[in-house]
Amino acid sequence: MAVRPAPLAQPAPVAGRPLSLRRIVEREGVFSWLMLAPGVFFLLAFVAYPFFYGIYLSLQDRPVAQTGVFVGLANFWTLAHDAVFWQVTRNMFVYTIVTTILKLSGGLAMALVMDQTFRGKNLARAFLLLPFIVPTALSTVAWMWIFDPTFSVINWLLVRGGVISTGFSWLGNSTLAMVAIIIVNTWRGMPFYGITLLAGLQTISPELYEVAAIDGASPRQRFWHVTMPLIKPVLIIVTMFSVIFTFSDFQLIYALTHGGPANATQVFATYAYDLGMSAGKLGMGAAVALSMLPALALLIVGLTVYLRRE
Amino acid sequence: MVGGRGLGTRALRVYLPLSLLLILMLFPFYWMLITSIKPNRELYNARIMPLIVYQPTLKHYVDLLSETNFLTWTYNTFLVAIVSTAVSLVLGTMTAYPLARMNFPGAAVVAIGVAATYLVPQPLLFIPMADIINTLGLGNTLQAVMLTYPTLLIPFCAWLLMGYFKSVPRELEEAARIDGASRLQAMTRVILPLCTPGLLSAGIFAFTLAQNEFLYALIFLTKSDVRTVPVGAITELIRGDVFYWGQLMAAALLGSIPVALIYSFFVDYYVAGLTSGSVKS
Repeated sequence: MAVRPAPLAQPAPVAGRPLSLRRIVEREGVFSWLMLAPGVFFLLAFVAYPFFYGIYLSLQDRPVAQTGVFVGLANFWTLAHDAVFWQVTRNMFVYTIVTTILKLSGGLAMALVMDQTFRGKNLARAFLLLPFIVPTALSTVAWMWIFDPTFSVINWLLVRGGVISTGFSWLGNSTLAMVAIIIVNTWRGMPFYGITLLAGLQTISPELYEVAAIDGASPRQRFWHVTMPLIKPVLIIVTMFSVIFTFSDFQLIYALTHGGPANATQVFATYAYDLGMSAGKLGMGAAVALSMLPALALLIVGLTVYLRRE
Repeated sequence: MVGGRGLGTRALRVYLPLSLLLILMLFPFYWMLITSIKPNRELYNARIMPLIVYQPTLKHYVDLLSETNFLTWTYNTFLVAIVSTAVSLVLGTMTAYPLARMNFPGAAVVAIGVAATYLVPQPLLFIPMADIINTLGLGNTLQAVMLTYPTLLIPFCAWLLMGYFKSVPRELEEAARIDGASRLQAMTRVILPLCTPGLLSAGIFAFTLAQNEFLYALIFLTKSDVRTVPVGAITELIRGDVFYWGQLMAAALLGSIPVALIYSFFVDYYVAGLTSGSVKS
């Protein structure tokens, strides 16, 4: 938020009249804080407090419904020697990086296709955005059936097309399971990139392209030297948002693979759930969740600074 | 950009890629629909062509509605989404308004705080949150999610609304105040009505986010009669290794329709919310 110049003068209380409650409430600072108080209090109680409570929990050996014992950094020490934890970290980076590249390039392509004039454009835009608005757990149900080992429609198409002779066990093979969650995440997230980038493209004046064309710029040059620089701010914001929420993805993976087979698709959120909720080790679970903080904090601080500068 | 020349190039540049995109994006929904109306003998027959239905049936829908708690889940989902959206809109408005339009000590800190809470993802908080909800004795109550969803929605609403509130000229408010309106009256009678599109965008968006929420509902609601549709479908229609595919698809489709319908009525507001540069997925 931009800093506004301070008001030149505060209206002085008129002498001889008592400072009534109404006049106090009318003061800018008092009014502002009265308005803010409920929301700020709520966020302090249910975001800030749980955050710090999570740090406290991560330093404890804390079984569910029992009192915890302070163990210092022992949970993190255990994680550092836990092969699964390192696999989770690797999975997380593979998943985030690959889906981001796919969503970004696919979304850009979608935006460029949509940025042409044709009939039924608004309808097409509404349909393309559907994967993003339908509850993820429910659309993932359709994908579970698409990847079913026996009745997979992808296998049916591949076998019929003569590409393979027997179907893949999509969710039973560690590489293919990773491919599967990447496909579903890309499918769901691409429209978000596509539609926001489209909005960015539509703010570019057509005259710029005309001028560039007159100056002899090829379509490729127009894309790299006119389009890209102008949509860069949108591109950065969209990508960073998406990276933050891909990095902390839970429901898609929980629904599709539960982190399996053999932790091949386990990520921070699902591993924290397994340890903290299923196994009832709240301290370990909190420690796993907090392990994503360094990377996340970097992204969040970067994006907050960027957004406030805009 | 430059308009198409001839039908051939247009088909190549517009309709071919567009059809491919639409098929890719919509296929899973088609698959949901036809799977939900296939009789079991077609569903579990690997030899017949799976892309069409030979003898459609509504049996899975009847079973879903009569044998499971689907209607209760739907009711719960709506109740929770409506309450948490309403709470978040009110508190989000109250947070955004002073941040966007007033000068006061601490404004910068609060603005940064709101942005940061908006970006803090749920998986970072769910374990301590589960413990807090237990301590409050709210396990297995809808209040547990009504209380926690606004932690995701308030920062989002506030962030979105700040942009709208900033766009209204200060003179309007000053004129109202000169006419004797209090600050609160200037806000509720002058500024907020002008920001109706923003409030609608924030509301629609918050509503779809609330319908989509899964993690808190999964850990706080473990009894069937308090569950929401996504959690009910994932946890109860999949029992061990037994899958009720027809019912599962019917549930997925029926659960998606309300969101899709509301979205289709307000698609422009939704896109406006999406493109105002801030979205949680």
